[in-house]
Amino acid sequence: MSEFFRVAWHIVRKDMTVEIRSREILFTTLLFAVSVVLVFSFAIVREGRAPDDVAAGILWVAISFAGTLAMGRTFERERYNDTLRALMLAPADRPAVYTGKLLGLLLLLGLVEIVLVPLVGLLFSAPIFAYPIMLITLLATGTIGFAAVGTLFAAMLVRVRSRDTLLPVLLYPITIPVMIAGVRGTAALFQATPDEPMARFWIGLLIFWDAIFLTLALWTFEPVMTE
Amino acid sequence: MNRLTVVDVARHYGRRKALSQISFTCDAGEIVGLLGPNGAGKSTLLNVLATLVTPSRGSVQYGDRSASEGGAEIRGMIGMLGHDLFLYPELTARENLTFFAQLYGVTGVAGTVTAALDQAGLAERADDFVSSFSRGMRQRVALERALLHGPRLILLDEPFTGLDQASTAALVARLQGRQQAGCLIILATHDLDVADGLLSRAIYLKDGRMVGTDTESRGLADRYRRAIQ
Repeated sequence: MSEFFRVAWHIVRKDMTVEIRSREILFTTLLFAVSVVLVFSFAIVREGRAPDDVAAGILWVAISFAGTLAMGRTFERERYNDTLRALMLAPADRPAVYTGKLLGLLLLLGLVEIVLVPLVGLLFSAPIFAYPIMLITLLATGTIGFAAVGTLFAAMLVRVRSRDTLLPVLLYPITIPVMIAGVRGTAALFQATPDEPMARFWIGLLIFWDAIFLTLALWTFEPVMTE
Repeated sequence: MNRLTVVDVARHYGRRKALSQISFTCDAGEIVGLLGPNGAGKSTLLNVLATLVTPSRGSVQYGDRSASEGGAEIRGMIGMLGHDLFLYPELTARENLTFFAQLYGVTGVAGTVTAALDQAGLAERADDFVSSFSRGMRQRVALERALLHGPRLILLDEPFTGLDQASTAALVARLQGRQQAGCLIILATHDLDVADGLLSRAIYLKDGRMVGTDTESRGLADRYRRAIQ
């Protein structure tokens, strides 16, 4: 098991080093996510007030679009010079490669969310500090579920010519339960009188989906990556 | 792993047959060349041997185990230099080698990497980004990456591409050194001039099929032309 996490850790560290040098994925993803939130705020917010529940939806739309962009770019780097093959040749369980790529992606999305959530709070008057731990848990569990499936699909599609088109086509229908749970749970926390039990219910559901998606992804990674 | 046994291996992509009825055996201490024109199936066969591609039919035995039985342990015995070089251009030569040494579980990473950089003749440019290197320099780093963990089976896809005469001679000497150390080396190449005298055995491939084998190391070019006609 320690070998598994050792390999995953080295992949995360390598991805972070490359990203710190290029800042390509973080800047692109962040700019895109912020643009989405700004466009919606200009279109929807009138006299400082946004319709109920809109903030949660816009937050998750921005996260999912930005996440899709980041997933594609992360694996595009591994396609260049075919480094994904070198990772697959490592003498460790191949799911460790998946775990490393997933953790790297989660770190990136976490950084995007650190900017995105306060922005949504500011522009849509969403009470982001009312239940901070619960909001963080919702975002974390939702992002893990979304990224778990996305990382698997992005890896599968890395050698497919139309991968940029196919990734969202495959990813969005399967992650609909995660998006619904994320949006409803966040909306429960953002409403005028936050509904804590409802948020807890959606967090529970997200943990359930995460467990299913992570298990399936770890189980299927090796067969789908061996051509 | 002292012997590699390939039995009736085929690999199909839809209706296209990339490999058909490939069978051969080779032993530790040999340098085996896969020779053939473009599209002959050399790279596909190397990918099958590297456990990156599963054969549609047939089997590959690494010693007495198959890839599915050996898993990570088999992969630990394989070093591969691909046609693409498996290097990160955003990292320096030292960082690339360090990353792969850590990934492959090499002990004494810093010392191994420094020795590999010396071996590649790149000690002075160790901290330069790989993106600033010429093709030949990248090729040398990539070869060291493939050999970092002391693999017993070395798979090389067009290893002489982009190398000048001095670098080619150095690579040949390096491969002969690994051969004498008891490694099995399988390389795909178009460069018959370099292959001549280097190979213990040549396997001629055409349209995904074996069209001959050759155990004479000299005078390859004529026999190769006759075999693939």
